[in-house]
Amino acid sequence: MKVVVKLDSTKSKKKSFIAERSESISMKGHQKSQVKCDTDSVAGSMSQRACVFCGARVVLNPITDAIHLVHGPIGCASYTWDIRGSLSSGSELYRNSFSTDMKEKDVIFGGEKKLEQAIDELVDEYHPKLMFVYSTCIVGVIGDDLDAVCKKKSLQYGIEIIPVQSSGFIGNKAAGYRAACDAILKIIKPEETTSQAIIERKSNCKRVINYLGDFNLAAEAWIIQGYLKEIGIDINVTFTGDANYEALKKATDAELNIIQCAGSMTYLAKKMEELYGIPYMHISFLGIEDTKESLRRIAHFFQNIELEEKTEKLIAREESQIAKTLHWYKQQLQGKKAAIYVGGGFKAISLIKQFNEIGIEVVMVGTQTGRKEEYDTIADLATAGTVILDDANPSELEQFMTEKAADLLVGGVKERPLAYKLGVAFIDHNHDRKHPLSGFIGAVNFATEVHSTVCSPVWKYV
Amino acid sequence: MLDATPKEITDRKSGGMINPAKTCQPIGAMYAALGIHSCLPHSHGSQGCCSYHRMHLTRHFRDPIMATTSSFTEGASVFGGGANLKTAIKNVFNVYNPEVMAVHTTCLSETIGDDLPTIIKSADVPEGKLVIHANTPSYAGSHVTGFSNMTKGMVQYLSEATEETKKQQANIIPGFVNPGDMREIKRITEAMDIEYIMFPDTSGVVDSPMTGKHEMFPKGGTTISQLKDTGNSKATYALGSYASADAAYHLERKCKIEPIVLKTPIGIKATDEYVMALSNKFSKEIPKSLEEERGQLVDIMTDTHFHFHGKRVAVFGDPDIVIALTEYLLSLGMTPVHVLTGTPGKKFEEEVKEILAAAGIEGSNVKAAGDLFTLQQWIKNQPVDLLIGNTYGKYIARAEDVPFFRVGFPILDRSVHSYMPIVGYKGAMRLLEMISNALLERQDRDAAEEDFELVM
Repeated sequence: MKVVVKLDSTKSKKKSFIAERSESISMKGHQKSQVKCDTDSVAGSMSQRACVFCGARVVLNPITDAIHLVHGPIGCASYTWDIRGSLSSGSELYRNSFSTDMKEKDVIFGGEKKLEQAIDELVDEYHPKLMFVYSTCIVGVIGDDLDAVCKKKSLQYGIEIIPVQSSGFIGNKAAGYRAACDAILKIIKPEETTSQAIIERKSNCKRVINYLGDFNLAAEAWIIQGYLKEIGIDINVTFTGDANYEALKKATDAELNIIQCAGSMTYLAKKMEELYGIPYMHISFLGIEDTKESLRRIAHFFQNIELEEKTEKLIAREESQIAKTLHWYKQQLQGKKAAIYVGGGFKAISLIKQFNEIGIEVVMVGTQTGRKEEYDTIADLATAGTVILDDANPSELEQFMTEKAADLLVGGVKERPLAYKLGVAFIDHNHDRKHPLSGFIGAVNFATEVHSTVCSPVWKYV
Repeated sequence: MLDATPKEITDRKSGGMINPAKTCQPIGAMYAALGIHSCLPHSHGSQGCCSYHRMHLTRHFRDPIMATTSSFTEGASVFGGGANLKTAIKNVFNVYNPEVMAVHTTCLSETIGDDLPTIIKSADVPEGKLVIHANTPSYAGSHVTGFSNMTKGMVQYLSEATEETKKQQANIIPGFVNPGDMREIKRITEAMDIEYIMFPDTSGVVDSPMTGKHEMFPKGGTTISQLKDTGNSKATYALGSYASADAAYHLERKCKIEPIVLKTPIGIKATDEYVMALSNKFSKEIPKSLEEERGQLVDIMTDTHFHFHGKRVAVFGDPDIVIALTEYLLSLGMTPVHVLTGTPGKKFEEEVKEILAAAGIEGSNVKAAGDLFTLQQWIKNQPVDLLIGNTYGKYIARAEDVPFFRVGFPILDRSVHSYMPIVGYKGAMRLLEMISNALLERQDRDAAEEDFELVM
């Protein structure tokens, strides 16, 4: 059991906090257990968060055969050009960066004409079936009618041109996820929406599910697809990793939606249940325990003994294949301490379990956009003394990592050099990751990555 | 990868970009602000901007990039961002305690019309602390003009002519280059035995050494007293007209300091010009050490010239870098066939065409405010032996199967580059090595078994 450090005493020691943020930081075992979350960042804080546009872009961009046109000044398109590392089995169109590159003139006189011209040129150049038009901060302020332009052009060319209402300032990244889901809902809307039609379609279903919230980073969606196929379940559409127009159009054919990234996709799942009667289930393929449980729950959904047997067979085989390797890593890593700072709460929860699997204790857990119920779960899982914080800034991360003597930080791009400067190991659990971290193979990759950084000889020279 | 890019070139009237060769002003302003000692850059707009700029700079420099944001929400965009900025100023000095806070605007705060000087004047800035600003709407210019604007802001807010006679000291504005380049420019100037103030100076900030501690404000950067003292220098050397000239001209107006606008010292000719300009103004002899470096450079240029002669090159990136690089490529006997920058400004086209004409090269494609879609189309129609540019060039290099090496900003997929200069004679040697490696490695890769040779 760890010694519980009083938060108030740490506060007086060093002035790293903005007073307004004290409610957003808590410590397991300390009396104040509920973290304030889902609020706007304080002006002047060094928030690690991004904007609405960013949220929408990262969710939609993996749709491979779409034109993703950013309506705004150049920066928004530049910074999000191919940042997700989502793999495609077909079209590579999504890996281009399209922008209307708004200028002063467009800001004064409105950018609709320029947008129309840009759409014309892109249709002419690429003949896409699907185009997303993202609004940015400036479009929201000057009031370009994105819906009207998209509708007009959509009719003119007979293709789907979907407006994405993602002006950067209308909330945080989570609002962007919702804007993306709204855009997806427009595409997947079947031509006939009567309940009879849905019932008929469903009676034709043969253990087909949608996989929500996997963006096929480093082929992760394909790994899960492989497991499910082996036990007799087909993935209909993945939202949105390696998804394309044709696939999206079949989205309502599924009998079940499973959700990996809860932050970005729960809204879509709820909507699909409401509109098309497709039930959903939260799963996680990060870590062995979560992977096993998820496979079992999916199999169980279909109430078929053969499916469940196949699942057990797969689990037994995969687990035995990696057991020895993982055991070795666990021996190497036993007693190390990890700090977590990731985007969503669900990922943080999976990571706590995954660290435990390889003998590592988690001493700090933070997220950018975690929700109340997720923080509750985090608090349940965490050991006493663990610091829990929402929307943290680098000073806070630094202070708690140092105070808690973390050996490792798991985070995203901006946190990497911070960890290194503190002489703390780091693994990337964000867009930049190059190795799949999902499923059984992902559990091994995770351990390998943790080991390669925690046990690197470089720390001897710090 | 970018296989969908068509060969046929059609007129694009919209002005829209496909695969941009530039990014927006605020990131340049943020980078410049990091070049002031104990300065916290502040982004006046919504969170995403600040986050993207920090992310991009972090990827390029692989060092923590500190900056704060006004965190605009809908309220701010309706009622103006004044309240947000005032709160931010209070919080920043309370919590992070920098010497100076350098605010840059975004497209959002510019469009709603926030009047920065007025807001700053009415804000509660602690005694002895400073807040400076630059207007950097993202819908004008590029990251290079953003850098220029913040550098000019330093002059506006800080430079003072306090001495009766000008000091025997040079102001050096290095432009949007890596800290490694800034270190090299300083080394050359020191070798000439000349006192100088370099601003902005990001060396020691974004290439700070590992100490096991995270310093919010590392040792590097131009100090406030140095920035003030720039008003007393004898001359300002603005290296690269796009990123540096505005600040130099402003210093001339404000403090009567002679502006000397030169190319970024990339390649033998531009470095010669810098060294000579220092030597003439300060009546200093060129030291043996620099003569020796130059001699070594000419020696290896001689040793390898046949590798380069007549090779066709496409080069893209920031205007100051590309202009100087084009001149250097010509001095190696290469033919720049396509030369492109994303930053707008007709001056670029004129200058590059002049350099090409002086070398007797005709018919090259030269374009400012261009994008990489255009560059790829050019290459499809008129193939090249080598592509030079930032990280994003790798898509074209792969699609068109062209040898490629990385120069400029941003470089997101390679490390160490920001420590290694491309300026000065040493930098020219390094460039020469990179160019020949790219060409010769390709030759080795493609050689038939019977043509594969030990010595090349």
